[in-house]
Amino acid sequence: MTELPVTDSSRPAPVAPRPSIWAMYRAMVGIGLGCGLAIVTVFELTKPIIARNRAEALRAAIFRVLEGGQTSQAFVQQPDGSFAVADQAAAGDVVHAAYDGDGRLLGIAIEAAGMGYQDVIRVLYGYSPERDAIVGFSVLESKETPGLGDKIETDPGFLANFEALDTTLNPDGDTLRNAIVFRKQGEKQNPWEVDGITGATISSHAIADLLNASAAHWVPRIEAHLSDFEQRN
Amino acid sequence: MSNEPLWTVFINACLINNFVLAYFLGLCPFLGVSGKLATAGRMGLAVMFVMLVSSLCALGLNAALIAIGAEYLRLIAFIAVIASTVQLVEMFIKKVSPALFAALGIFLPLITTNCAILGLALFQTNKGYGLAQCTVYALGAGAGFTLALVLMAGLRERLELSDVSDVVKGAALTLFLAGLLSVSFMGFAGLGG
Amino acid sequence: MPTARDRSPTDEFVKGLWKENPVFVQVLGMCPALAVSNTALNALSMGLATLFVLLMSNIVVSSLRRFIPRQVRIASYILIIATFVTIVDYLIQAISLDLHKALGAFISLIVVNCLILGRAEAFASKNTIGRSILDALGMGMGFVFALFCLGAVREVFGAGSFFGLRLFPDGFQAWVIMILPSGGFFTLAAWLLLFSWLKNRKAARAAAAAQPAGGLR
Repeated sequence: MTELPVTDSSRPAPVAPRPSIWAMYRAMVGIGLGCGLAIVTVFELTKPIIARNRAEALRAAIFRVLEGGQTSQAFVQQPDGSFAVADQAAAGDVVHAAYDGDGRLLGIAIEAAGMGYQDVIRVLYGYSPERDAIVGFSVLESKETPGLGDKIETDPGFLANFEALDTTLNPDGDTLRNAIVFRKQGEKQNPWEVDGITGATISSHAIADLLNASAAHWVPRIEAHLSDFEQRN
Repeated sequence: MSNEPLWTVFINACLINNFVLAYFLGLCPFLGVSGKLATAGRMGLAVMFVMLVSSLCALGLNAALIAIGAEYLRLIAFIAVIASTVQLVEMFIKKVSPALFAALGIFLPLITTNCAILGLALFQTNKGYGLAQCTVYALGAGAGFTLALVLMAGLRERLELSDVSDVVKGAALTLFLAGLLSVSFMGFAGLGG
Repeated sequence: MPTARDRSPTDEFVKGLWKENPVFVQVLGMCPALAVSNTALNALSMGLATLFVLLMSNIVVSSLRRFIPRQVRIASYILIIATFVTIVDYLIQAISLDLHKALGAFISLIVVNCLILGRAEAFASKNTIGRSILDALGMGMGFVFALFCLGAVREVFGAGSFFGLRLFPDGFQAWVIMILPSGGFFTLAAWLLLFSWLKNRKAARAAAAAQPAGGLR
């Protein structure tokens, strides 16, 4: 950036012989008002479109991780542990329940994030209470190395992990019976293990870790208040 | 809100996603001031200092804007606040520590419109960092900037002595060097896991 | 800086495309743009967004040039530029969320693109609206062209595709490094090299018009 003396000139200098302070004041306030007006106008005009785009993108992602979904509803966890219907853009920890055409609960889509190889990876995964498993997975945002780390989004063998990744709870129901763990490619033996990708070890390991942390947090809470989600129609 | 641990925030800002070498922010001072080692170090410190101050200002400002529901004014507010913060910092240092001012003075106005400062404020907002994370993020980004600047200056001081073809001299050569530095910084990726 | 009144309108427009190309010749305004030049589409969108901001701010600055006192001009320009950048940010979000996600905070960073403030200060504040529009279009298209050259080269080599279309047979091993940040530095350096070579060759030819050309220096 070439240097330009910004701030000195933005304040009226004590001795300004040529244009009066009034001229400067008028110019700054006038431009400020005009700019503010322009921004607010565009903001108001684009707001509904942007909100619709966001909602559509979210819906598409939810139905990608919970196949067969027709409708979805956002829920937010209350201080007492129960879940209440929420606005999609509600603050706090929001999960999204998806229902099929008959209004039957298909599963719950949960957002999770964790540190990957380059930067934070954000994913959405679908949890099915019926099957006690993670049944779908989609990367929302990642900056992993193209051609290597970004295989977590495309590699069919890796994505097959999330067709049924076991998340059964322990008898007490307070955490996962088996933590989701990472295995090197081809060494997966149990349904709670994630089969990694050769050449994208760190990225696929990161996915396993962040899913484990998120599932250990959410699955016990969801199971404890499962009925909150089922009341629909 | 983000729950990233502080040490990954630092490593991330300083090494893995170095502002200059991975985001191309602050390239102008990078190309301009990286001729001499001593200047480069001081410039880096000045940037780090301004980053810290403006990062904290941006954090407070963003909270205030959200509170009054005027997020659409964020960019304008950030720019205005960063520019005036630098000015205030400059006056403050001049009063409190003339020695520090002598060391940093000339560089402070240079930083006002540096893309890296605004970039830092925008990135931390996007990532939803809290107070502690912002502080560490700013320190990390500043340290990374200083590191890149000092390494570059070292390389360029050596190159002064070598015979380089006229065609390559100047911006092209510096960019090639920056590219090589960027390749070597790729080795840090994965540290934050 | 060029403020020549005797330049024809066409020249005003053409100068930015090649002879005074902002990126390749003046090496201006790359900071916020290089990071998103990893595919042709991203580069083109970023270029067009910058072109829009440049054009609009040039128009406004030029039409207000008698109204803005010298002392507060830079602050006013920044205010105007930041306004249009905010507007572009919302427009892109409305057009395509995916594109907005790919460009991220770098859209907002257009505000510190030296090219825009540079044109406002060096040209629009001293010239008529018509000339300022031509100048902005020329410089902006030059910027789009340069960014597109970078993005296209990086995508073709780095991903083996062009606007998402595969170019090479399956056996092609993409040069991943071209998509990574270092590839941005290398590609820009290579383009700069080409331009300075062309310039040097032209100078050499002009200087040694009597002798047959061929010298590089």
